[in-house]
Order: sequence, then structure tokens, then C-alpha cells
Amino acid sequence: MLTKLLQRPLWVCGVAVLTLTANSSAQLTTYDLQERLATESHAGKLHGHAKDSAMNYRRYCVGCHGELGDGNGENAQWLDPKPRDFQLGIFKCRSTPTGTLPTDQDLYDTIGRGLDRSNMPVWNALSAQDKIDLVAWVKHFSPRWEREKAGTPILIPPEPEVTPERVKAGQEVFGRVQCWKCHGVQGMANGPSASTLTDDLNRPILAYNFTDGSRPKCGNTDQDIYRIFMTGLDGTPMPSFSDNIKPEEAWDLVFYLRTLQPMNGFNTKERQIAKQLGLKPVRPTQ
Amino acid sequence: MTSPRRHFAGLLVLAFFLVGTLPQANALPAFARKYGLRCSACHEAWPMLNYFGQKFKDNGYQLMNDRDAPIWQNPSYWPVTFRITPFWHRESTDKVAVDTPTGGTINRQISSSGFDHGGLDILSGGTLEKNISFLLVPSSDENGAFHMESANVRLDNLFRSPWFNLKFGKFELDNIVSEKRGLTLSANGGAYQIYHFIPAGDGNIFGQIGDNMLGLEWMGHSFNDRTRISAALLSTTDGSPDLSYGSNAYSAFFAASQAFDVGKLGTDRVGFYAMVGEAPTTYLTQGGVPIASSGIGNKSFHREGFVGLFYFGKLDFQVVTQHGWDSEWFGAGYGAFDPGSGDLPLNNTPGTTLPTGARAPTWNGAFVETHYVHNPQLIFIQRSEWVRMSQQALPGTPSDLGSIDNYVFGVRWMPIMTSRAGFAWHNEFSWIRLAGFAPNGTDLTSNSLMSGFDFDF
Ligand code: HEC
Ligand code: HEC
Repeated sequence: MLTKLLQRPLWVCGVAVLTLTANSSAQLTTYDLQERLATESHAGKLHGHAKDSAMNYRRYCVGCHGELGDGNGENAQWLDPKPRDFQLGIFKCRSTPTGTLPTDQDLYDTIGRGLDRSNMPVWNALSAQDKIDLVAWVKHFSPRWEREKAGTPILIPPEPEVTPERVKAGQEVFGRVQCWKCHGVQGMANGPSASTLTDDLNRPILAYNFTDGSRPKCGNTDQDIYRIFMTGLDGTPMPSFSDNIKPEEAWDLVFYLRTLQPMNGFNTKERQIAKQLGLKPVRPTQ
Repeated sequence: MTSPRRHFAGLLVLAFFLVGTLPQANALPAFARKYGLRCSACHEAWPMLNYFGQKFKDNGYQLMNDRDAPIWQNPSYWPVTFRITPFWHRESTDKVAVDTPTGGTINRQISSSGFDHGGLDILSGGTLEKNISFLLVPSSDENGAFHMESANVRLDNLFRSPWFNLKFGKFELDNIVSEKRGLTLSANGGAYQIYHFIPAGDGNIFGQIGDNMLGLEWMGHSFNDRTRISAALLSTTDGSPDLSYGSNAYSAFFAASQAFDVGKLGTDRVGFYAMVGEAPTTYLTQGGVPIASSGIGNKSFHREGFVGLFYFGKLDFQVVTQHGWDSEWFGAGYGAFDPGSGDLPLNNTPGTTLPTGARAPTWNGAFVETHYVHNPQLIFIQRSEWVRMSQQALPGTPSDLGSIDNYVFGVRWMPIMTSRAGFAWHNEFSWIRLAGFAPNGTDLTSNSLMSGFDFDF
């Protein structure tokens, strides 16, 4: 009786999966997943195995990401943004160029960091081994890892000293490549395109508000910010700017973005410079 | 010699803690609902926490994802959970003095069995605002009489640091092995003996680290919760409101622990705790009856011990030790009077002297609880616990009087464990021996068998 009760939601989920993912390339079955249980993962000295993660995935992740990794767990209907569909193999937080697969280290870092402004928790209470095993498990849902290798991480030049010139130059980049179209001239996520943005699955999405004190999903170090706009958040309207922004300009832009973020807990030197310069928001152009 | 009357008082106190209400637990589908998490994300097995759940609690019931403030919740969301446990049980005690037709008494075994239910716990907890959290637990006994089990508010992450969190009100002490989240429920196995131990004839009803207390707690933890440390200032009222016992008697509780990864085996934790405090032994009287709140003549007590959580894949061991010490005044039977009990301890009025040879009672205890977590929905439990008196307060007292042996076995199957509800079929057997507690001065043993449905929603 009870087991039947338990199985029903799964079964319902299964049907939902079949109908919802009919337009995605693969209709994954548990049989396919069995085949891929040998998936492995590596980060630094850590070595993970998908097969060791079945119980932890069921314990921690399945309610959102679903038995088949399709993002259709029992709680998904209540969440916004929606849990990631691992079958697609498309990830926001990567050190690798747009369109490529993230490295195992990227996924490992994401799991430990969580995704701010979403229901994806910070899983750093799990042991390093549990996290790296989960990376392998996440990978085993998508056939992409069988066909492709992870991308090569982009090169980030050493961080230069913050100067008033660099902050000003960063602001020019912000205006030129039109970050403000989505993020707004003051970084308040209220640019002219902001209200029309949707992700690749056609779901409405908000741009990041630099001013409300929340952390970016993909990390908040200077390197993380650099990486975010040079690799883009795949599956979202946040593009990669690696073709439009040169590496040294990229650091200038990082410094300027810091002037938009509130003081507490964030690097404040940039804000002091902005104050001294009396920096005004960029003027929208066409 | 210990008087039979005091013997009986000790037994009563013990009985109260043993057969009292089932331990209430803070397992909250209210949280799971709020965040879309399954019970198993936070609970190794409901209601015992895993590391993720411990971190969630230490963050002030927050995921720290900028979605913790109640403003992010659907307006119809209500942070409330109910828990109750209907069950069948059989209780048996081997030596109870019963009257004989000839006017004497003989010792007989008394056993009874039947259907029952535990009290109702109403658990409400969550955030009032980002970084301000609360827990409110009105809890009833099986007859429906309510008391306030927990009522506290906490300021979290002060100065944006996980090292500064202040809790105020009535709360569970920072026990790494939490009795309130224990996996055992039966009459003789539902409580940790060393969390409530009182030597036979001792008048100190404070110093029980298993009881929720009134006070102020500071706690700090590293970002990933591997390092945890806390200190609480408590007024020694044993969690009772209205300052009913002493005036100006305080105690303190400290706990510190460190966890470390052990590869594929899991994450282990070792720690230390201590409670030090003082409590009154003198009450002003009116017509010979102690006056509430008039306690003075404070004497001291302390408890300290180690805690360890050791993981071997699906198998884990929880170890807690305790050394306890009470002032000789408590040992001789002076101490707090419980206004409700009608059973008054001796009153240390000016001029009172201790019986010759009275010494501070001391004892040592430990328990090892083992879990085999077959999967998040099926868990096997064992606990073995021992308390040994190492020094009795009064000369002539049998050296082992009041020592305890307690063994518990259980299996808990949770067919339903979603973000909306938890439902467990709980089975347990427990056995306890209290040295020298039988009416004829021999050992008293009791056992409990239970099977029931433990559910919350
Ligand atoms: C309470 C729901 C929830 C649970 C539980 C959960 N996730 Fe997520 N997860 C999400 C959501 C929502 C997103 C997408 C967030 C976004 O797009 O901003 C996500 C995204 C991810 C991503 C994609 C990150 C990227 O760069 O695109 C990974 C990887 C991931 N989760 C892994 C896990 C793992 C591993 C677990 C279990 C340990 C887990 N999640 C548990 C909700 C959850
Ligand atoms: C077409 C609209 C658009 C443009 C143009 C755009 N962004 Fe974004 N950006 C977004 C959206 C949408 C998100 C939120 C993605 C999410 O939350 O998943 C975002 C997120 C971000 C984030 C936070 C990422 C995180 O990890 O949470 C940063 C930083 C950022 N953008 C910087 C920039 C910079 C710098 C530029 C210009 C070089 C820029 N964006 C241009 C739409 C845009």
C-alpha cells in the first residue's frame, strides 16, 4: 500500500518527463542511466564515481532535480528559477567558453557554493568526497559528456592594481558593450530590455541586480566576476563578451562593477574611487 | 543511611523523566515546504539531523540563498508543523511492592500493555526577517496539558559573520547529540540517562543538560559548520518560568566541536561540553513551607564530557561521556524544591550542618548509539548506556546505588518522507536496570516494547 503510494508521484513524474522533454534530443530512461553509472569525475586530488552517489542524490537532490535528472522533482513546480535539467548538459557557472561543457572543478565549486537567489542550497556541509561523487552523478545524466570533452578554461591575466583610470575605463566598457540594456545604468536590473528577458526554455528571467546586496550565482571574487561576463551564463540571456572585451579591459570592467555593489563585505576600494571621481551613471546610447 | 523516602523521591524524579512525554523533536516539514527540500536533506533519519541540517539550524533556519526572509514566501505559507505518535506498548517492571492480605508487602512484577499516544507537538519556526529567526514549540502531554517546550528568538550572522549568533528565550542546550532529535521513543529508551542523571537522594534538580533551559546563548560556526562553538548563560530554573526557584542562581553551558572529512567513510566530529552552575539550597519558609523565589544558599555543580560522531559509510557511532559532580549539600538532599511536586527536599536553614562524612557525589557515564542507515528511509538503531556512581554523598550508602544500565534497540522505516510530511513506522525495545532501587534494596529492572506510527506534517 504505502510503497504504492510512494511510487505514484514517481510514475506521474515519469509521464511528465516524457511529455515535457519530448522536444529535447534525448528521452532518457533509467536503462540509459544504468549504462552510464561508470561516469567519473576529477578535481585536484579528488576522484569521484557516479555509482557511489546514488544514495546521496536521492537524499539531497532528487526532490528538485528529479529521478531522471530532468529538473522535474516533486518540488520543481513551486520553484522559480526552475531546477536545472541535467540531461541538457547546459550550465551557468563555467570557467570554460560559452557553448562548451564545464570542467568537473566548475561543477564541484557550484555544488559547494549553491546558487544565490534560487532554491539551490549551498552544499558545503557535504564532504569533499560526497561532492565530487555528485559531480560524476550530475554528469551521468547527459550524453554530452560521452561525445564532448569539457572546454578549456579561459585564461585570466593577473589582476592589476585598481586605479581611478581603470574604474573610468571600465565604465566606458559597460556603456559600449551595453551591459545596461539589461542591468540598467545603475546596475539595478532595470534596463530597457530587462522586462522582456527569457531563458533558453522560454521562462522569464531577471537580470542580476548589482545593488541589492545579493551575491552573483557563480561566485563573488574578482576572478569570478571576470569569468561570468567572459564566459556567459549558458542557457540564459547573459551572454559571453569574450569577443567584444579585451582581457585588460575586462579587469577595468570588473572594477567598475564593484562600484555598483553595496559596501558591506565587498571590496570597497572601487566605491571610494567612484565617490572621489563623482562617477555618474552611464548615458544610455542606441 | 539513605532514607527510603529519599529513595522514593529519586525514583519518582527518574520515573518522571523516563516515562514522561515522548521527546518532542524539531523536525519541520514547515521548513521543507518553505524551501522545497525533502526531509532527508536535513535529517539523517527524521528527526536526527545530518550535517546539512545542522548547518541549516546553525544559520538560524536559513539556507543563506537570499530567499530566507518570509517576504519570499507565498502569503498562504504558514510555518507550522504538527507531530504526534499513536502507538502500542508493553511496559514491565520486575519488583513493585504490593500489599498482601496480611498487611505486609511483597515484591511483584507488574506488566501491562495497550494502545496509547504521545503528546502533540506544535512546532513553529523560521525567519521573521533575514537573519532573525525563531522557534516556538507549544507541546502537550498525552492528556492535552500544554507547556512551552521552546520559545526563542535568534539574531543570526551579526556583523555579517557566522561567528556571531545570539539566541534568547527557552531553548535546547547546544548538544551535538540532541535528545530532542533522538531516534528512540520508548518509555525506558526515549531519553539519554546522563542528560538527566540525579544521584539517589540528591536534591539538585538542575544540571540536566537534556532539558530545555531559559537563557541567552552565543554560538559561532565556520562557514561550512565544521567548527562550532557556543556558550550559554542560563538561570538555573531548569527551564521553568516565573523564577519559581532561586533568586540570582545562574549556570553556564559550553560546547565546542570540530568536524573533519574521512574520505569515502564520511565526516566525523569530536567535541567537548561542560555545564557549571549553582543552585539554591535554602528557602525562606512560611508556616514551614518554602516560599517560591526565595532560594538562597547557592551551592555549585558541574558536568563535563566528550562527544564524538564517527562514520563508517552506512554505519555510524555516536559517543557521549559525562563526569558529574554535585556539592555535598545537594548530595545530602538539600536543594531546589519543585513547587508543584509536594515532595520537599531538605531545607538548608541557617545553622544547619551536614551529616558527618558527607561528600560531594560524583559519577561517570557514557553512551554509544549506533545507526545503520540502510537508506534515508530505513534505519536500525542501538544504544548502550551506563552510569556509574564513583562517590556516594553519605557514608554507608551502597557504592553502586543509583547506577544505571540501559539498552535500546529500534528500527524505523519512513515510507513517506517528502517536503510535505514525514511518516515513520517505529519499533523499539528498551531495558533498564537501576542499581539498588527495588523496594528491598536490590536492583530494579524495567523494559518497554513499542510499535507505533510517528508522523508529522
Ligand atoms: C531545493 C531545490 C534544489 C535541491 C534540493 C538541489 N538543487 Fe541544484 N538547483 C536548483 C535550482 C533551482 C537550480 C537552478 C538555479 C538557477 O538556475 O539559478 C539548480 C542548479 C543546479 C546545478 C547547475 C549549476 C549551473 O551552473 O548551471 C547543479 C550542478 C546542481 N543544481 C546540483 C545539485 C546537486 C548535486 C544537488 C544535491 C546535492 C542539488 N543540486 C540539489 C535547486 C535545487
Ligand atoms: C541581454 C541581457 C544582458 C546583457 C546585455 C548583460 N547581461 Fe548580465 N545578466 C543577464 C541576466 C538575465 C542575468 C541573470 C542570469 C541568472 O540569474 O541566471 C545576468 C547576470 C549577470 C551577472 C551575475 C551572474 C551570476 O553569477 O549571478 C553579472 C556579474 C553580469 N550579468 C554582468 C554583466 C556584464 C558585465 C554585462 C556587460 C558586459 C552584462 N552582464 C550584460 C542579462 C544580461
